[in-house]
Amino acid sequence: MKLSFIRLSPWQIAFWALILIISLPLLRILASWFEPSSDIWLHLYQTRLSGIISNTLLLLFGVAIGVTLLGVALAWTVSLCEFPGRKLLEWLLFLPFALPAYVIGFIYLGVFDFPGPVQTWLRDTLGWAGLDIRAYGLTLVIVMTLVLYPYVYMLARTAFYAQNSALIESARLMGMNAWQVFWKVSLPLARPAIAAGAMLALMETLADFGTVTLYNYATLTSAIFSVWEDFRSLQVAAQLSTLLLVIAVLLIFIERFSRGRARYDSRHRITYRPYKLKGIVAWSVTAAISLVVFLAFVLPLVQLVIWAWQAYSLEWDNRYFGWMSNTFTLAGIAALLTVSLAIILNAVKRHTRLSLISRAGLRFANLGYALPGSVLAVGIMLLIIEMGEKIAPGYGIWLSSGVLALLLAYTVRFLAVAYGPIESHFDTITPSMVEAARSLGANQQQLIGRIYLPILKPGLIVAAFMVAVDVMKELPATYLLRPYGWDTLAIRVYELSSEGLYEQAALPALMLLGLGLIALLGVAIINKHYQSSRTKNPEPFA
Amino acid sequence: MKKPWLVIKSLAILIGFITITGCSRDDDNTPGVTVDVPVVVYSARAEHLIRPLFERFTEETGVPVQFQTGNANAIVERLRAEGRQTPADVLITVDAGNLWYAADQGLLQPLNSQFINDTIPAHLRDPNDLWTGLSIRARTFVYHKDRIDPAELTDYASLADPKWQGRLCLRSSSSVYTKSLLASLIAHHGEQTTEQIVQGWVNNLAARPHARDANVMDAILSGQCDVGLVNTYYFGRLEAENLDTPLALAWANQNTTGTHVNVSGAGITQHAKNPDGARQLIEWLASEEAQQIFGALNREYPAKPNTEIDQQVQAWGSFIQDQLNLDILGQQQQTATRLADRIGYD
Repeated sequence: MKLSFIRLSPWQIAFWALILIISLPLLRILASWFEPSSDIWLHLYQTRLSGIISNTLLLLFGVAIGVTLLGVALAWTVSLCEFPGRKLLEWLLFLPFALPAYVIGFIYLGVFDFPGPVQTWLRDTLGWAGLDIRAYGLTLVIVMTLVLYPYVYMLARTAFYAQNSALIESARLMGMNAWQVFWKVSLPLARPAIAAGAMLALMETLADFGTVTLYNYATLTSAIFSVWEDFRSLQVAAQLSTLLLVIAVLLIFIERFSRGRARYDSRHRITYRPYKLKGIVAWSVTAAISLVVFLAFVLPLVQLVIWAWQAYSLEWDNRYFGWMSNTFTLAGIAALLTVSLAIILNAVKRHTRLSLISRAGLRFANLGYALPGSVLAVGIMLLIIEMGEKIAPGYGIWLSSGVLALLLAYTVRFLAVAYGPIESHFDTITPSMVEAARSLGANQQQLIGRIYLPILKPGLIVAAFMVAVDVMKELPATYLLRPYGWDTLAIRVYELSSEGLYEQAALPALMLLGLGLIALLGVAIINKHYQSSRTKNPEPFA
Repeated sequence: MKKPWLVIKSLAILIGFITITGCSRDDDNTPGVTVDVPVVVYSARAEHLIRPLFERFTEETGVPVQFQTGNANAIVERLRAEGRQTPADVLITVDAGNLWYAADQGLLQPLNSQFINDTIPAHLRDPNDLWTGLSIRARTFVYHKDRIDPAELTDYASLADPKWQGRLCLRSSSSVYTKSLLASLIAHHGEQTTEQIVQGWVNNLAARPHARDANVMDAILSGQCDVGLVNTYYFGRLEAENLDTPLALAWANQNTTGTHVNVSGAGITQHAKNPDGARQLIEWLASEEAQQIFGALNREYPAKPNTEIDQQVQAWGSFIQDQLNLDILGQQQQTATRLADRIGYD
């Protein structure tokens, strides 16, 4: 079987050109080690460094457990069990994804910290002494878990749905109970998706700045900011960033390892839900899932609506139209770019025997996700300026005054988000499917149109959606790299909330949420359409 | 077969398009000959606090202002990165340390303005004439009126007294305002004494240091602690929302060095294309009229003495300012950070 078309140079050229562009900011950050070191490291080593590292690892560990447990449990329950309100809850569970972590962060702080209504009530009625919730890492783990579980939920759900009903049926016939089916059939098959989702959540945790600062919990990312601010040293900040990269690499290894050799086969889909829950069990499941939806989405939403209502007349003006369209434009273009890039890289990876170097390059290009947006922005800024000075004077400003630099930042940062889902869908295209198609005489065009695209499509849609929503929420890189006239809703949220004007910040936050929900709805409609058209035409080679 | 090239080509077209549109947005704002050359401002002062002033300036002088807000560090870094190609004529930022740093990095040029020299007191200006303060914020005690007699609150050092054990709330040391306050203590008392004072503060904390001044005041209101240190305008916002607030301000160090003050301020960038417009804008911001708005917008004190002060701010009473040249805050900030790190003040 010849796959020689893929070895043609265009693919290789494209591959390396893209990898290079994506890797440049990271390389620039690594290059910081070649600059002379300073006594700041000794100071850090003697004071905050160990606390920062243990804080970071502890948070990652907690969030890993939290999002995996919550995400998998929810995904399995909604895809394999029937209970009252399932259809609605299944969709509601996606929604927290549209909220930026820092928004949930400030709402939780407002509601649950010592001065908030919950503790005030407890003190007044029960005489409780009160608690400084920021003093415990656990608080942050809970907040982050509630914000980030959708990553695992989304991918695990897709994977559970892609499992074979017949397989589960035969397991049940062999006498397995639900618990055994989960452990022995569903979980092993969904492992790659779960691992991919958990990794996205952890990368997001690693890069989070807004939330941890709000809780005054020093992590590597917040330390990078404060080293930059405190010691005015971009160099030490860049060097510290390489520590982040090391952790990210470790995470990727763990993910690969936990993914194992599992591969799932998606010729089948769950056609019906085997577990029809009844009575008290069914209703407790409904209640438990509603609680998650309440905590992660309804509570923040209600608080936002109340605040926005109070501040609406003060805050609203026509400029909001511009901010909305900027947000939408940037998210759309970035999603398009990133998904295209992920397709090319995945296609090349799949169809050429990649050398060890190419594989490493690919991994490296995916590391950007763990970098805080600000660090990335700094890397890009340094690059543009240095290139501008050395290669083409006057060119640097041209780059930094357009949105190109910003789009580069988004692409580097969110490539991994698009890459993961697309990769796992590529994995479901077994070589035998391609062989079969070819032996039936399918040509290249037909292969792409009839096999690749239909199978990849759900993955592409999910990827585009996740990138778009991530870009809308993205703050630090946008803040640092946006050219004149490109303010977005997230910028507005930040400017107001950093001044402590939470009521006013609620308005743009709510709009951000609205745009995210529109994106989500779009995906739902396209997905539905795609699924129905697929069932109409179930035989791809007919 | 053509697939990869197709993708690459469309990407290239897309990128080209984006770049062109990105650039053309800039051009929108450099219209014909009849209008004055705009002044381009990088501002770390939040949009809603600065925009009304620029609009007023344009109204009066006909000189348009283009501005971009950003994080204080980031805009300085951007300014440095852009070098001589920077479009910015004016840098407006908060905290004397940030102004000092921009000056230290050679990003500003002398103001050369007799008007500024005559209007703004010397301790609020750079000794080398590279920047000037435009509004003053004091960082002082905020306390609960039912739980504390203000006579107990004397100077910053007194908060280290064990009698405040479990009653004090502070903002985190990574806040630039905390750093500047510590820097002023170092300038007055030396590093060793300051370390003892701050150690005393940390021992007295009722809760982990808070991320914002507003959180410190919420904590005091809720009974988590009784006293804290905040910038005056944050108290002003709280008071505006609730006129009967049980919190009040007390002026620190009135019998010694005076209350620590910080500024928001401005300078002309080293590579300004329109330095005259820049100077015109900064001088206008220092004028009586602008100074009144500047203060009123954010409940700050005007940098120009004898300017009429916003009524709410006036009601807090007058106080003696620390006369330390603010330039020193910048110089001492790193020492302050290291000191906080050694003590474990987060």
